[in-house]
Amino acid sequence: MTYTSLALTLAFVLIPLILSKTLKLGLEKDTIIATVRSVIQLFFVGYVLKFVFDSESFFYIILMVLLMITVATLNARKKGKNIKGITWKIAFTLIVIEIVTQGILIGFQIIPPTAQYIIPISGMLLGNSMVLSILFLNRFTAEIEANVEIIELILSLGGTPKQAIHNQLINAIKTSVIPTIESQKTIGLVQLPGMMSGQIIGGADPVQAVQFQLLILFGLLTTATLSSILIGFLSYPTLFNERMQFITHNLSQKNND
Amino acid sequence: MTQPLEVTIHFEHVHYEKNSSFILKDVTGDFYKGKITTIVGPSGAGKTTVLKMCNGLISPTSGDIIIDGKNINEFSPTSLRQYVGIALQNAPLIRGTVYDNLALPMTLQNKLLSEKKAISTLEDVSLDMNILYRDVHNLSGGQKQKVSIARTLMNQPKILLLDEITSALDPTSTNEIEQLILSINRKYNVTIIWITHNLGQAKRVGDYTWVMMGGELVESGESSLLDHSTNKRIQQFVEGKA
Repeated sequence: MTYTSLALTLAFVLIPLILSKTLKLGLEKDTIIATVRSVIQLFFVGYVLKFVFDSESFFYIILMVLLMITVATLNARKKGKNIKGITWKIAFTLIVIEIVTQGILIGFQIIPPTAQYIIPISGMLLGNSMVLSILFLNRFTAEIEANVEIIELILSLGGTPKQAIHNQLINAIKTSVIPTIESQKTIGLVQLPGMMSGQIIGGADPVQAVQFQLLILFGLLTTATLSSILIGFLSYPTLFNERMQFITHNLSQKNND
Repeated sequence: MTQPLEVTIHFEHVHYEKNSSFILKDVTGDFYKGKITTIVGPSGAGKTTVLKMCNGLISPTSGDIIIDGKNINEFSPTSLRQYVGIALQNAPLIRGTVYDNLALPMTLQNKLLSEKKAISTLEDVSLDMNILYRDVHNLSGGQKQKVSIARTLMNQPKILLLDEITSALDPTSTNEIEQLILSINRKYNVTIIWITHNLGQAKRVGDYTWVMMGGELVESGESSLLDHSTNKRIQQFVEGKA
């Protein structure tokens, strides 16, 4: 694609701008900011990737992956700021996911250990893990807030923290993993996945593109399950103290009559 | 000859602070073995905090709680909570049947509850055995409260804490629950600490009463103190002016 062609695609930005202006939707400013940011960010990443690919240095690959983990952690932690040490718990989870997925992919020689494979695949899997972590933390916090009475009841009957929070933890894990499983059931029937489409447009053999897409989909199943389970089991102990008391003050303000 | 009173729970200069405000201020007092002590006081007096402390759901910021001669911190949290049972306000029940709720304390200890034991527990709280496998959503307020009490009794606690267990019930159900608690007290010699907003109930069922206001224990003694207190704040509270 030439830069002239790319410039012509700005027509897709002009259409919503005109519609927003005409219908007074008030979305013009956000649309322009989003467009400018995406152009700058993607070109920046494009040039960085080009540099890393050309350098063929493993150091830069690790640096890129660490950068992805840092940004994903900072983004996801906002949803769990009430959980003590959530930043490190998310970072640890993402590191484990990276090691497990790349360990399998490179260890079984499914992909070569080069930047061209490691970085895009890491980006997709870590990005998905970040979204899953946010989904999980949202759901987990909501489950706890809605069930403070039951959690306290189980503790009051002599239950352990793990027993007290078991249902909320399992519900939150299931709720955050189910969309990944469900979306895989209809994949290819409703829409072609982005990576596969990109490869096909780039001239790759469609069957080859499908193979890589399947690799990503199977990887997503692992990242979805691992990220919510790891964050869940790392997080719940921080909601209790050593006397097995539920520390509610971060989550909700209960009546203290 | 009357037997000397034996202290089962002793509060010694207990303070509790949360979010930089005092919920309990220097509470010192006793609960007596085998007796029913009612706790009365306006909202925000710290009554539920006292109960939750006895069950170990919260700990004092400072001060000591002694249970049967042993500092509360010397109990493991799980054994303390089995020894000192609590029936919480609103009678929270887990999803499922009456049996599921009665079996909960046993499930938490990886034990099974036999149907025979479940039925005898239902009889203990004057509930019909036919409701054993009924979904808890289909129970009346009074039945839910009885199931909640029965569930607490599954751990065979020596001390039973009751948090406004009749506040949402009609007079008939309230009377049934009062009779039930009195019979549990007599039958098993269980020490009972009962928070109530109903001063008539406090006098009816209580041997002793704690009057709490603004996080302080204003006065404690035999329940008749509610009628004869010389404390102005208590007089105003009893007259409904506090």
